[in-house]
Amino acid sequence: MTETVEKPIKASEIDIKFKYEISKMHGGEQLMRCFQCGTCTSDCPVARFSETYRPRQIIRMAQLGLRDRVLNSETLWLCAACFTCTDRCPQDVEVASVIRVLRNLAAEKGIVPQVFKEEASSILESGYAYRIPELRLKKRETLGLPPLPKGNPGSIGKTLREVHFFKCVEKKG
Amino acid sequence: MAEHKYLMFLGCAIPYRVAAYEISARKVLQRLGVEIVEMPEFNCCGLPLDPVSHETMLILAARNLAIAEKEGLDIVALCPGCAGTLKKVSKMLKDDKHMREEINGRLKEAGLEFKGTVTAKHLLQVLVEDIGLEKIKETVVRPLTNVKVAEHNGCHILRPKEYIGFDDPEDPKTLKTLIEATGATCLDYLDEIECCGAPSVGVNDKVALQLARDKLNHIKTVDAQAMITICPFCHIMYDTNELRIEKMFNEVYGIPILHYPQLLGLAMGMTPEELAFNELRVDCKKILGQICEGGK
Repeated sequence: MTETVEKPIKASEIDIKFKYEISKMHGGEQLMRCFQCGTCTSDCPVARFSETYRPRQIIRMAQLGLRDRVLNSETLWLCAACFTCTDRCPQDVEVASVIRVLRNLAAEKGIVPQVFKEEASSILESGYAYRIPELRLKKRETLGLPPLPKGNPGSIGKTLREVHFFKCVEKKG
Repeated sequence: MAEHKYLMFLGCAIPYRVAAYEISARKVLQRLGVEIVEMPEFNCCGLPLDPVSHETMLILAARNLAIAEKEGLDIVALCPGCAGTLKKVSKMLKDDKHMREEINGRLKEAGLEFKGTVTAKHLLQVLVEDIGLEKIKETVVRPLTNVKVAEHNGCHILRPKEYIGFDDPEDPKTLKTLIEATGATCLDYLDEIECCGAPSVGVNDKVALQLARDKLNHIKTVDAQAMITICPFCHIMYDTNELRIEKMFNEVYGIPILHYPQLLGLAMGMTPEELAFNELRVDCKKILGQICEGGK
């Protein structure tokens, strides 16, 4: 996060409604309860080895309304979703879920790391998040495993048709 | 009819690259008299897309639950990520009428509906809650006495506790108890509940591998002969990457990473070949030599 805190905060960057937007989304409800104790960061396994990822800082930026800084921040994608912060937060903030809400908002702006685009298109094609090679499917038989159930892309596509994220994925091919 | 019957939810990672887990899990479930039905037309549990679209995750998970309801069977999942997601979404949709109606509106397009009539459990939960330790112990014909291993639960079997509601996330005991049921000793070590780092692979490999290395160091310190996992991602993180971690950080581990059903299968008298030990990357000859005659 160093790249985001080094620059002084300008009043014009602050969107005071940002926190309400987050609080309305599932998992973001308790955002305003955070009083910056730092339990999340001190217990975060990723923060132990990353010099930039600090969940407490992300939460504070969200509370302050630094919408663009937080949504454009690369460190947002470092959370391993282990949920240690969520379980240990003394204020019952679902920290990992707030971070997920922020990632979802970044995705709505078109910021989607490549790995998620690949998984999304694979799910639409086969139902599986990874493209399982033909060789693997054939090998199942020699390993004594039953055939892998075939997905139903038609059915999956119907249920996801109206989802904003998929409209974007399809549009961009 | 078997006393216990489940739909098998394989998820994506297992058919993609973790065959040994599936093979050994099916073998031990069969030995325990569990009937497995393949789950038709299932899709990814939804978890991988939660970071970019929570709504997509809800729909994908609900679609799976609705399919299971049509089949009229509870789900057993081998991946804690899948089990956790299906559990979490099931609880969310049961508790929140508005959300349920919204998601059912989407499922209706495909002729499906979530009613909340089935449960999803991880393999571990099925073993300990439905089958029971006593029955598992009865199947042990080759107690793994003198074998000392370390457990690695991973995150999603335990957290977030509000939705998962299984074991104590701060001091989990289930996997330990199941390991001890084979006759093996389960060693305590530092930071047992720490994340393997797998979800950070691809975003920041170095952070992910440092996390995995940390755990391997702690396990080496207590002289564990193997690490026991119950998650395909954790297994990939340690088994597939152990050599890479050794090279990157100039360490030597040589610690085999076993899927829990492989350990249980050995105790049930199955051969390493039956349990697909040849699919593992880290050499297991030493521990197998100690357990089985001639390592076979």
